[in-house]
Amino acid sequence: MESVGNIIMYFVIALAIIVFSVLTVTTRKILRAATYLLFTLFATAALYFQLDYAFLGAVQIAVYAGGIVVLFVFSILLTHNPGEDSAPLESHRKWLGIIAAVAGVAVCGFALFSYAQFCGQAIPEMTAPGIEDIGKFLLSTDKWGYLLPFEALSVLLLACIIGGVVIARRR
Amino acid sequence: MNLTLLMYLIPSLIMFGCGVYGFLTRKNMIAIMISLELMLNSIDINFVLFNRYLFPEQMEGMFFTLFAIAIAAAETALALAIIINVFRIAKDVDINKINKLKF
Amino acid sequence: MPLSYTIAVIAIPLIMFLFLGLAGVKMGKKTTGVIGVIGMLITTILAYGVALTYFFGTGEGQIADGVRKAVTVFNPDWLSFSDTLVVRMGIMLDPIAAMMLIVITTVSLMVHLYSLGYMCDHHGNAEKGFQRYYAFLALFTFSMLGLVVATNLFQIFIFFEMVGVSSYLLIGFYYTSPAAIHASKKAFIVTRLADLFFLVGILILSFYTQTFDFFGDSVNGIMGMLDDPGASIAQAGTTTFMGCSAMAWALTFIFIGGAGKSAMYPLHIWLPDAMEGPTPVSALIHAATMVVAGVYLVARLFPLYVIVQGAMDIICVVGAFTAFYAAAIACVQSDIKRALAFSTISQIAFMMTSLAVSSADGQLIEIHGGYGLGYMASMFHLFTHAMFKALLFLCAGAIIHAVHSNENDKMHGLHKYMPITSFAFLIGCLAIAGIPPFAGFWSKDEILVAAYEKGLGWGLWMSMVAGMTAFYMFRIYFLIFHWKKHEIHTEHAPSDQPWTMTLPLIILATISIVAGFVPAAKLVTWDGAPLHTQLNLTVAGTSVLIACIGIGLAYKMYYKENTLPQRMADSCRGLWTAAYKRFYMDELYQFITHKVIFQGICKPIAKFDRAIIDGFFNMLADVTNRASFGIRKMQSGSIQSYVYFYLIGVLLLAVITMACVLL
Repeated sequence: MESVGNIIMYFVIALAIIVFSVLTVTTRKILRAATYLLFTLFATAALYFQLDYAFLGAVQIAVYAGGIVVLFVFSILLTHNPGEDSAPLESHRKWLGIIAAVAGVAVCGFALFSYAQFCGQAIPEMTAPGIEDIGKFLLSTDKWGYLLPFEALSVLLLACIIGGVVIARRR
Repeated sequence: MNLTLLMYLIPSLIMFGCGVYGFLTRKNMIAIMISLELMLNSIDINFVLFNRYLFPEQMEGMFFTLFAIAIAAAETALALAIIINVFRIAKDVDINKINKLKF
Repeated sequence: MPLSYTIAVIAIPLIMFLFLGLAGVKMGKKTTGVIGVIGMLITTILAYGVALTYFFGTGEGQIADGVRKAVTVFNPDWLSFSDTLVVRMGIMLDPIAAMMLIVITTVSLMVHLYSLGYMCDHHGNAEKGFQRYYAFLALFTFSMLGLVVATNLFQIFIFFEMVGVSSYLLIGFYYTSPAAIHASKKAFIVTRLADLFFLVGILILSFYTQTFDFFGDSVNGIMGMLDDPGASIAQAGTTTFMGCSAMAWALTFIFIGGAGKSAMYPLHIWLPDAMEGPTPVSALIHAATMVVAGVYLVARLFPLYVIVQGAMDIICVVGAFTAFYAAAIACVQSDIKRALAFSTISQIAFMMTSLAVSSADGQLIEIHGGYGLGYMASMFHLFTHAMFKALLFLCAGAIIHAVHSNENDKMHGLHKYMPITSFAFLIGCLAIAGIPPFAGFWSKDEILVAAYEKGLGWGLWMSMVAGMTAFYMFRIYFLIFHWKKHEIHTEHAPSDQPWTMTLPLIILATISIVAGFVPAAKLVTWDGAPLHTQLNLTVAGTSVLIACIGIGLAYKMYYKENTLPQRMADSCRGLWTAAYKRFYMDELYQFITHKVIFQGICKPIAKFDRAIIDGFFNMLADVTNRASFGIRKMQSGSIQSYVYFYLIGVLLLAVITMACVLL
């Protein structure tokens, strides 16, 4: 039995995710789409906080909300005149998109409800992972250590930085 | 009332559906990237959820999400760089007009 | 001189070919020619030394039981495919090989020397391609020498081909003239066709004998097997195919190969056209040496031919017919070189016939207590004919060089202007006509004796051809040197040519006079045993009489300008035209190749190839192409449509998976 606060929190988050996701893909102003994406990401971060993954929530806000969305906004401003609407969708295109999305959701939803007994379990108890634990796991070479992916990722990021510079550089 | 796994999965699923819809219908390449971020985000949520509900004593899902966020950041940065470069050449970000390399 | 010096005889022309061919351009034209002549002179001296050592030496292995044996100087393995299939390259000397060494080197030396003068214009400037010419001459000499000393059939075949190539190169020497190109191609294709049969013959023979060698050292050669009734060659005599033994097939095929090179009817068509080459080349290749390669081939395998009477009969008939046929054509030709070419065909046919008449019923005919008189006569005639035919051709070359034409009617009455050439030509004519004591008389007489011994019909036939020979040779002689006063067409009057050209004429004329006294019967016999011959007065008298009649007729008709030849031609216009047109053999070939083979067979095959075979593959390509164009539409460049298809696939997979798991 969950506390009422948690339940209310859940509904707020779920509603925010659903509404802002839909708005993200339906709004005709691109800058607004980016803003709604930001809200969706914030809602996701809130979800992480609710599930006791505080560090992950923080990362989500810092990287996604602070980094990626800002990047989006910059590129939007570089490629668009402010206040410009995108053209309305052709109907067949819209319907094709809706059919595909609904079909995907339907298939996945059917799968979820088929495993109702497994999906229906309550949230188990867990001690929230501390920053110290995460740091140890991230940099350890033990069984649950993630040093190798961590290093690989750093190389990837380096490559990405160089690639970004090379691609975007004005010739 | 319990907060079940299913209850959390449904918003994630809808977010993914929105991502698919947006990816298929948008013409603006940046908007497509935004839809992509939505889909990625819903997947991240799923990892975290399954970790939290099924294996609460471990942290694989969480770490996976952590790395996914980092990679998504890298990917977005690169993709946006490419888009800006394409815009410089084609003066447009309409995906339907960027099809000169098809064959 | 050791017999092993033969290697030098063969190697020097090869070296000369490489040297003159590669370095000739850097040297002056005259220098090249002089070097070529000097090289050939050394070769000739060595060849004479070796041949005389072979004929008169008593070295080890040369003579056994009073019989001169074939000597294999050396015979290393060249291509060793397996234990039994080994191709060797070696040097073997036997009477005919030694004799051929002399013939080839002598004529070749004369031609080398003669060409120094002939291949220059009237101001003494050498022609374009002078170095190439000498290189090819050396190549030809090398090939022919390699052929005659071959120790095995395969080596003969290889050098046979090389001789053909040199002939091709030299006929087409003036490669800017279309006629020369056509002639060289014609010669090459016709002889190649014949060589195909030769190769098949070699393969059949070797299949049964398990060897290419004539005389083996470790294993028995082909000749060695003849004395051994248990040898595998006996099987070839008993295995039959379409009513003839395998041996007969093999030998007939080999004869066809020889007939191609030796211009036997009906494969003679290339030889008259080959006269497009420079005249000294005609003298060397198409009169004296290469064309006797076929005769040499049959002579080389003579012991085999003797036991297969069927093949021998074919040679006999073909030879006798060709002799007459070519003589008939030679009687009406107006082109001096063509007339000489047909004379050559006729004379070579004489040699072939002579080889073939030496046996009957699978046995050699006994004459004067000896065997194989025809063989000896044939080789003797080969020798003498090479000398006087080279002489005649070189004379013709001198005349052509002087008047710049091949046609008789541009010549006439040259005796006054070119006395040396005239005398030399007269000697050649007397020799070929068979007037004693000139060379041709002695050899032709032996041939006629052998022919009469085979049968009266053969003898009379050959005597008649001999008479025709006398007639047409003197017809040419009188037409060129007498008939009427010479009309000078060019700015300077024709005269005897420079010493480089007249010296070979004088030497060859001398040889033509005395060559008949060479004791060929003692030296050049099929088994090495000396043959005792005596002049058969009946035959000799008859043949001299017939020759004199021929000469007399020619004198009557052609010595002074008159209308008799014209009237005779008019009286049998059809025959005359047919003979002039060489009995339409070229047209027949043209018809068969173009109308029958090309139109009738090749065109439909080509059509089938284009329509069905190519069509099928074109269809495959076309279908692929169309399919690709259809599929290409899917590659729209629109990422969203890709994603759409991708999504459909993923959903289908998911549905299938779930259906499998849940049901």
